[in-house]
Order: sequence, then C-alpha cells, then structure tokens
Amino acid sequence: MATLSSFEPSSEAAIPDSTGKRLSHLKLLEAESIQIFREVAAEFQKPVMLYSIGKDSSVMLRLAQKAFFPGPIPFPLLHIDTGYKFHEMIAFRDQMAKELGLDLRVWRNEQALADGANPVTLGTQRCCGLLKTTALLDGLREWGFDAAFGGARRDEEKSRAKERIFSFRDKAGQWDPKNQRPEVWNLYNARISPGESIRVFPLSNWTELDIWHYIALEDIPVVPLYFAKERKMIVRADSLIPVEQSFVQSLPGEEQMVKSRLRSLGCSPCTGAIRSEADTIPKIIAELVSFRSSERANRVIDHDTDGSMEIKKREGYF
Amino acid sequence: MPIEELELETDFAIEEFLEAEAAKDLLRFSTAGSVDDGKSTLIGRLLYDSRNVYEDQVSAVTGTQVGERKPTIDFALLTDGLRAEREQGITIDVAYRYFSTQRRKFIIADTPGHEQYTRNMATGASTADLAIILIDARKGILVQSRRHAYIASLLGTRHLVAAINKMDLVDFSEEVYRKIEHDFRELVGSFGSASLTTIPVSALEGDNVVERSTRMDWYSGPTLLEHLENVPVWTDVATQPLRLPVQRVIRPDQNYRGFAGQISAGTVRKGDLILALPSGRTSRVASITTFDGDLEEASAPLSIALTLEDELDISRGDLISEVDRKPQHATSIEASLVWFDAERLETHRPYLVKHGAQTLPGRVTRVLYRTNIQTLAEEAVNSLGMNDIGVAEIELTRPLYFDPYAENRGSGSFILIDPHTNATLAAGMIRRGVATAETGPEHKAAVVLVDGSLVADLERALLNKGAAVVRTRVTAVKTLRGLLALGLIVLLEEAMDADADAALTSGGFAVMNARGTAKVSDLVEQLRVADVLDAEERRAK
Repeated sequence: MATLSSFEPSSEAAIPDSTGKRLSHLKLLEAESIQIFREVAAEFQKPVMLYSIGKDSSVMLRLAQKAFFPGPIPFPLLHIDTGYKFHEMIAFRDQMAKELGLDLRVWRNEQALADGANPVTLGTQRCCGLLKTTALLDGLREWGFDAAFGGARRDEEKSRAKERIFSFRDKAGQWDPKNQRPEVWNLYNARISPGESIRVFPLSNWTELDIWHYIALEDIPVVPLYFAKERKMIVRADSLIPVEQSFVQSLPGEEQMVKSRLRSLGCSPCTGAIRSEADTIPKIIAELVSFRSSERANRVIDHDTDGSMEIKKREGYF
Repeated sequence: MPIEELELETDFAIEEFLEAEAAKDLLRFSTAGSVDDGKSTLIGRLLYDSRNVYEDQVSAVTGTQVGERKPTIDFALLTDGLRAEREQGITIDVAYRYFSTQRRKFIIADTPGHEQYTRNMATGASTADLAIILIDARKGILVQSRRHAYIASLLGTRHLVAAINKMDLVDFSEEVYRKIEHDFRELVGSFGSASLTTIPVSALEGDNVVERSTRMDWYSGPTLLEHLENVPVWTDVATQPLRLPVQRVIRPDQNYRGFAGQISAGTVRKGDLILALPSGRTSRVASITTFDGDLEEASAPLSIALTLEDELDISRGDLISEVDRKPQHATSIEASLVWFDAERLETHRPYLVKHGAQTLPGRVTRVLYRTNIQTLAEEAVNSLGMNDIGVAEIELTRPLYFDPYAENRGSGSFILIDPHTNATLAAGMIRRGVATAETGPEHKAAVVLVDGSLVADLERALLNKGAAVVRTRVTAVKTLRGLLALGLIVLLEEAMDADADAALTSGGFAVMNARGTAKVSDLVEQLRVADVLDAEERRAK
C-alpha cells in the first residue's frame, strides 16, 4: 500500500547541483508561488488570503508558511462563510487556525441569512450572489483589504485561462477581461488607486493533479470529506446529496448509507458527492487520473454552454 | 473505467506513477498565430495526442486498455476562452494551457495572431523557454512568422522551433521543406543567438506532431513532441553569476534576519562570500533557510532566504551578487522597449521603472529608433505607440544594478509604469549602461596599514575623492570588522598580526600593507591598483 511517507520529497531530486540537475516541476511551481506571496506582502498595505478550506486553500496556506518562514504569515486569512458549509469544514478551519496561530477572520452576509436566504427558495444563482459575492465584497471592504489571494487555477475553467496572476479590480471589485494589465516576466504591477484592489492567484500555473501531488509530497492536512467513507446521502437519480441541511427534503427511501466522498468542497445543499473507494491521497490521485480520461469527451462538448464563471467573475466573484 | 476495477491493481502502481510524476520537469513555451494557419489544430493535436500518451502510461500502470483515437474535434473551440472572443470569433488575450507527458509538464502561452499581437506575443515570450513558430508550407515565411521569430528572439527565448505545417498539402515535398528551412535559418541567424529546430508536420493529419510520419522518410529529426520533451531547460542558469533580488527582510525576532528572494541566476552556497548592492558591503552566507530545512546550496530559480555572518543593512530592492562577477551599474541605460499602452511614450515625462524588487523614478530621454516589425528596418522616430518595438535611453534617479538582458533575463528586464494612471506602459530589456553613476568614486571596504606620518594627508586625499574613511589605532578584529561592514576604508596606524590579517582576508575584506610608501599620491595609486578605489571607473575604461 502506498503511504504518504513514501512520497517524501527527495532532496536529490528537488535541489539542483551546480551541474544543472533538473528541478522538478513542483519545485518550480512552488518557487514561483513563493515569489508572488513575498511580492504582495511587500507591495500592499493590507493583503489578505481568502481561505475557502478546500484543497487549493490548504496548498496556498502551506506556500504562505514557506514564503515567510521562519517568520509568521504576515497577513490575516478571510473565510467567507455562507452559513451552509459542511460541519467538518468549519471544524477543520478552526483547528488549522488554532494549530498554526493564524489570524482568521470570518465574514457572513448576516442580513441575507436572517432573511432566510437559501438555494431552495432563492435559486442557486441569487443565493450565491448574496452569500458569496456580496459577502466577499463586503468583507473585503469591512477591513479595507487592498489585495486578496485566491486559490483559483488557470486549468480550472476557460475564462480563468486568461486571468492574470495580479488581477486588477475596480472600485466596485469588478473584473474587466478586455482591459487587463499586461504581465511580463515575474514583474508584477502592484500600483492601485484608493478603493481599487488586486486579486492575486499564486496557484495560477498549478493543475489539479499538481495540487493533489503536492498535498501527498508535503503531507498537507485536508478536510476528511475528501476521503471516501460510508456517509448518509440522499440518492436521487445519479446525484448523491449529502444530508446536512433541514431545508433539503428527501423523499421516502432516498436516504441511504453510501461509500462516497466529495471532489470539491462547497455549500452542502449544492455540492454533490461521488461514489468512491478512495480513502487515501494516492487513491484519490488514481481516481482523478481515471476520471480525466473517461470524462474528457464530456468536457469538450460542455465547454460552450457556460461563460457563467466569466459573468460571476466580472461581478466580483473569485 | 469502473473505480473498483482500478482499485484492485493500483496500490503499488500509483506509487510508481507518483514517483514518475515527481521526476518531471517543466517547459514553458509560446505559440502564436491565427486560426487559419493551423495553430489551434496543432495545439489541439498536441494536447489530445499527448494525453493519449499520458493515458497509455496510466493504462500501463493500471493494466487497462485505452480506447480508440478520439472523434474529430473543433480544436478552435478549445482555445477561445472569453465570451467576447466567442462572440467575435477572434482570440483577444494570451491563454495559458497545461499538459504533460511521461517526461515533462508543459505550460503553453498561447498568443493570438492578429489583435494586439506584439503585446501578447511579448507577454507570452517573456517567460517562455521555447517558441513554436508556425509556417504554412504552401505560403513560406510570411510577415507573421518573421514577426513572431523576431519578438521571441528579442525576449530572449532560447529555443525556436519552426513547425512547417500543412506538409500534406505540398505532397510532403522535401524540396519545399528544405527551401523554407534554409530561408528561416538565415532569418533567425540575422537577429539572434537562439537555437533553431525545424520540423515538417501536418497538424491536421498528425504527421510528426506526436506520432512519427510515415510519409516523410527523408526527415530523420525528432517529432515536435519529442523535441519538446528533450530540449534542455534551466541547465546553465546555475553556473551563471549569482543574482538574488531581495524581496523582503524576514525578521521574526532579534536572532534571525533573513533576506528573502527568488534566485534569478547562479548558485549560492553556505559560506560563500556575497556582495550586497548598492551598499557594496560584503559578508559570508551563514545559512540558506527554507521551511523544509537549511540547504547547503541553492540555485536559480528557487525561492529562499539567506542569513549573513555580518549585520549588513540590506532592504527590499537591494541585489545580492557574487563578489567576482558583479552586475553593471548605471544611471542611464539603453533598452529595447515593447510599448503596451494606448497612451504614447512621452520623453521627459516621469515614469516608474520596476526592476527586480525595486521601483524607481525615471524618464525616457530619447527614442533612438523603432523597429519596423514587417521589414525589421530601423526607423527614426521620437515616440513609440501601442505595439511598437524600439530602442530608447532611460535616465534613472538612482544608479541601477543590472546585467544586459541577453545575459540575464531577471536582472536585465524591467517594466515601465505610469505613476498617474498606474498602467503598465512597456516591457524593457536592458542593452547596456549609457552613463555610469555620478555618486563619486566607488570604493571597497579595506584596511590600509599606513605610516603615522602620512595618515592625515592620505585621509584628506581620500575624503576629497568622496570616500568614507576612518583612522584608528585599534587592531581588534571585531572592531575592524565592524568598521569594514560599514563600508569604510580603515586607515590603521598600527601593525597588525598575521592572525588578524587572515581573519579579515577570509571574511572577504581587503587588507593592504602600504607602510613604507613615502608619497600620498603613490598611496592613492596603490589603492587604485588594488581595486579599493575607483574600481568601477577603471573597469568602465
């Protein structure tokens, strides 16, 4: 059985000698990300790291630790809490903050939650708009953050393939894809006027496989929801909906125990689980690799239906 | 594939898979072109066919067969990301794409051919190790291929690959290929030192992209993918002169003071003597700190932090170099500019120059010429507009420590920023220094043993030359080291024992015995010869 310890980064492979031994791609990506973290910490007054608790955030957090070691991370973390995150996510978040001594800020759109905002009554688009985008913009404004790190990767989605590493946002927090600053070498233009801000994506050049591989190599803790185990699910057609919120109603016979896990972490009513046996990181990677081939055709057909991410991003979403 | 099936066989295999993954390095390359020259088809073919390679590997690991070649796909749909692009049927911006094979990970900077071509090509080429230039075999070398090769060379892309495409439409003719190869080699030879590889391909039919063509027996070179997998990257950067731009001083407590940055060239080892610029102070590397433990040595492009044996005053924007192979410095530089902004270049307007980890005020004093990107002719102009490429002189308010871009991308590049609009105006590549710093003669910290009768005169002579001098009779090594760390020339009126001499010399400080010299002018000349005084000035001549 593959264990994490067998994936310790070997120093011979990771560090080049003077004869020019090759650096691994992960070491190169890590060096690039650390340079970005240090640049932002030096150039901005009030940077913050958006912490979404997922795997990308976990890698970002480790890279931030590395960038400022042996010093502490010189900026706070901000979690935009929709109120519908999984309990295991919140517990993991609080535990990480405690163990690492992080300055963790949490922001919720309390007004919308008090008004009963949820995806069943509002629809997902309006719900996301209120509990994510509005909350994010309000949270950034509340503390006056002028730069915000996000864990988005360019391989995730087509509009993200064109996003800069330093992504300029106007006074309303919005992105103008046709008017992006040219970005050459690793020379980032960090100058902004009052009220404007920059979203920074230190994981831009990482792929999903790189993220999982780095988690394995570095032994980075992740939320247990990523690992397969018997979980109570509402089984509806091909979907597995985790049983967590009372407003998600099940029909008789729909609730079953299913060996399953989450591929990405979001709000419990809107995040489907998958049937899986992957209960270790190497198994998750094996599963990822096998999905990649079988899902490829779908991806290509799917591609032109959306543009929805681009719209969300223009409005201020990450 | 059902997961359960995979499950049974993967436990051991996935470990091998991850080890293979960990050994992969990274190649960044750029492509440019418009839809009709087959660029999208070529990229699509690479992404698609190489994923087959990828899957073959995975299936070898898992013992499962991979299916047939995939159905026909409109590759252009893979490469247009933004709504405006899909609506207008054009590609506006640089898009980054990722794929991997058994040997390497690849990042493609895919730049559009028409709209904003210069700006986009320059952006893509700035981080690329290799550029693929597409040439339509039927049409030969067009303006666009010429332009792309020029921009890639200008931005210092080391490896150019001419993919001579649509060979299927010229009956796979060797004659056609050889003619284009010859012409292109001549063109590239005229403007750069980049290596050139030419490959005859048919992106549409897959010849020589991933799979070797069976229809061009006369070609024995690599397929495009074989070449991409084998071209050397980051090989000689470790032996270049050390350059570490200091991004940040890490100081968690009184006991630790680390200078953090990403090594842009060279290798640094524990115990190495380093030079801090602009102060000119030297010290030895006490440790190379990383989260994963201290390192004995580190090479570009790792991000590290250094601690030094002496307390030097180093801050963000400073440059750590090796002592022997120092960067140049100048207050006025000649640089190639790629102008990005709609706002035209205005000479004598205040701009900001971001170079390494520092930003300093400067202005363009004159534009020498613009390169006509169609003909590559130099045209006399006095301004540059959007997408222009030219050469200009830039005057800075402080001396800039740099290497010519051709020698070092990191310390030879800069961006120009408009201090009012905050726009990124241009990318700059330094060609040479025009005027050296006029900050008085440079001097090195040194201990000079001198007779008491001459010490006052020598001190006055050195002060008049703008050097920082101190007289002392104290011979304690600790005190002397403290004075040297401040960059002073220490005039010592006492004899010094051999141990003290050895301790200072091993710390990289110059110790000169000038006792017995009778004339001050001779002493000054000795200091010059020993490179303590006017070192830069002498070098410039």
